[in-house]
Amino acid sequence: MTRSARRPLVALALLSSLTVAACGGATPGGNAGTGAQGPAAASDTSAWVLTGGGWPVIEKTFDTWNDAHPEQKIAVEAFANDAYKEKIRTSVGSGQAPTLIMNWTGGALADYVENGQVADITAETAALVKRVTPSVAENGVVDGKTYAVPLNDVQPVVLYTNEDVFASVGVEVPKTFDDLLAVVPKFREAGIAPISIAGQSVWPELMWLQYLTDRIGGPEVFQAILDGKPDAWSDPAVVDALTKIQQLVQAGAFVDGFASVTADAGSDFALVHTGKAAMILQGSWGYATFKTDAPEFAGTSLGFAEFPAVQGGAGDPANIVGNPANFWSVSASAGDASKKAALDYLNDSVYSDDQVAAMLAAGSVPPITGLEEQIAATEDADYLGFAYDLVDKAPHFQLSWDQALPSQQATELLTNLSKVFLEELTPEQFATAMNGTLG
Amino acid sequence: MTLTTPVSTGAVASSHRTGEGPGRRRKGGVPFFMVVPAALVFGLFALLPLAGVVGLSFMEWDGLGTPTWAGLSQWAGVLSNPVTLDAMRLTVVFVVVSFVFQAPISLLLGVFMAGRQRNRALLAVLSFLPLVFSSAAVGIAFKALLDPNFGLSSVLPTGWLGGNLLGDPDRALYIVIFVVGWSFVPFHALLYQAGVRQIPAALYEAATLDGATTFQLFRFVTIPQLRYTIITSSTLMLVGSLTYFDLIFVLTGGGPGSATRILPLDMYLTGFRSYTMGAASAIGVILAAVGLAMSLLLNRLSGSGRMESQQAGL
Repeated sequence: MTRSARRPLVALALLSSLTVAACGGATPGGNAGTGAQGPAAASDTSAWVLTGGGWPVIEKTFDTWNDAHPEQKIAVEAFANDAYKEKIRTSVGSGQAPTLIMNWTGGALADYVENGQVADITAETAALVKRVTPSVAENGVVDGKTYAVPLNDVQPVVLYTNEDVFASVGVEVPKTFDDLLAVVPKFREAGIAPISIAGQSVWPELMWLQYLTDRIGGPEVFQAILDGKPDAWSDPAVVDALTKIQQLVQAGAFVDGFASVTADAGSDFALVHTGKAAMILQGSWGYATFKTDAPEFAGTSLGFAEFPAVQGGAGDPANIVGNPANFWSVSASAGDASKKAALDYLNDSVYSDDQVAAMLAAGSVPPITGLEEQIAATEDADYLGFAYDLVDKAPHFQLSWDQALPSQQATELLTNLSKVFLEELTPEQFATAMNGTLG
Repeated sequence: MTLTTPVSTGAVASSHRTGEGPGRRRKGGVPFFMVVPAALVFGLFALLPLAGVVGLSFMEWDGLGTPTWAGLSQWAGVLSNPVTLDAMRLTVVFVVVSFVFQAPISLLLGVFMAGRQRNRALLAVLSFLPLVFSSAAVGIAFKALLDPNFGLSSVLPTGWLGGNLLGDPDRALYIVIFVVGWSFVPFHALLYQAGVRQIPAALYEAATLDGATTFQLFRFVTIPQLRYTIITSSTLMLVGSLTYFDLIFVLTGGGPGSATRILPLDMYLTGFRSYTMGAASAIGVILAAVGLAMSLLLNRLSGSGRMESQQAGL
């Protein structure tokens, strides 16, 4: 036999040994698979969770649930935030959604309800909803029926400050918009950026527009936009808010090159804890980020404050914006056994005593009434108490506009807003462009 | 096995049947049915989805529920949307500037590295490094390097080349073109290097005997002999940058504002951020049509459709 003729034989021998190996590997795996599946059909109950943030705490509740309820197991898969956002909608649309559909309420939930893709769970979750802060719970209600219940912490947007930098420049944390404008040149003279912002991600810029609009005109201004009233974006409060934003841009309030700073890399927070910037307006998850990235700074020099008031503004300065929470909805296309397992999980595990304690320990605030004493006993009592009071006393909690609006309007809002920050659009041009998306 | 057996016996049978010499057999070509597997795969994975996208481009669909017919108004909306029109303008700038930036550097680098000295081999290996990094890794690395606060800005010169490179709407596109070029020049240089090494040494010897200078060798021997490599490389470069997506998505996400939102990004953002699948499909159809037209045109210009030998007349 020549050398070349033997080659296929060698290959064949290799191939068959590989096949044998593959079979050998597959057999025990297959056994384990059937073993884990359990007797009940409820194993097709599923939930998708996110990575990062407070999600490890949530994921743990599923482990606990599955251990305690072998006949009602829920399969859990984790996704990164952006990947999830892009996958969930196509999954829901094609009837392949998980039993528990996580959402931010707002426009997406309204779409799901309109297409009959999430179940009405008003009766089944009434007891749970009763314990939740009303301003948070009402986000899951569409046309008077509950379609979603909150599952994690409240996320109000807070003004974080570097107290050392404020002390070295010798200024106070601004209480009004005029104070804010006044401290800008003082920080710049000291070579410190007054405000850090992740402009490439754009949604942190939206927090400025939301707060300023609310302080100037109150929540009714955005409600008119949500209702699709003609020319609602031309409301003087929106135009005034955008004008004030451009005033800040022109004064150099935002860090140089803010349009290329991204939120996912955490460099917007790093600017503050390295002392390169004095303030940052960000969601309440920022506290956990500071604690992780710069524990020493978080312990000694991190300050937090409410968004400044605008003198003469119609809005209540106690109003807040942000994300009331993430929410669970139950898929309408799930089978009865799966639906029951999902609802049982919601009633048993979401905001149970253990869960509330775990969330507080992780530095986040559950939207549950009557937690003052428990919070006072925690390690982060200062911050958690501040955030809890902020939510508890807020007459109005505005859901982030990019979540509240239908997705097409939300993307145009972010694009146009970034152009206002870059001074490529005037407030009036912004209003005209956005009015085109209404109705 | 069941699939391949009839094919191979068929091929053998047909050559037996014709019973002609090798030259004749080549001209008659392989039996028609041998194209069936490829045609099936192409039809299933290319033509069918393409037809779906064309259909969807006349509909209104938000990803939930059923698509509704919108007809030509969908196309009218896309073709009058200022964001999409601006994306088309940016795409033209991106394709042209990318080509002007990459093509000469790739050609010169490839020709230089086709030499056989040892130091050139080392240089070749080093310069090919960008080729092995994934676009996502290149994007993340450059984003960190160009970060205005924690990146290289302190060592970069001030002025046009310094500071806020990716955050400046006037410069961001050119920075993106540079980074894309940085990661693709090695590939095209590799093509040219291979092309130059194919050129028979006899041509250079003859030209040298006729008294040609180095520049004349390059101009009258290398360039004409590289004709097909130039066409291949240019087609890949032009059609590639027309559909380029991943690195820009990581680097700028289309921003600042919409300064780097070229058509493929516009398609993605329209489809998977705004959930207007109809409009996104229309943009996809435009991209496919322009890409097809461009590669056909390049093929026609080069005459490579005739498939003549590169070494004809030798």
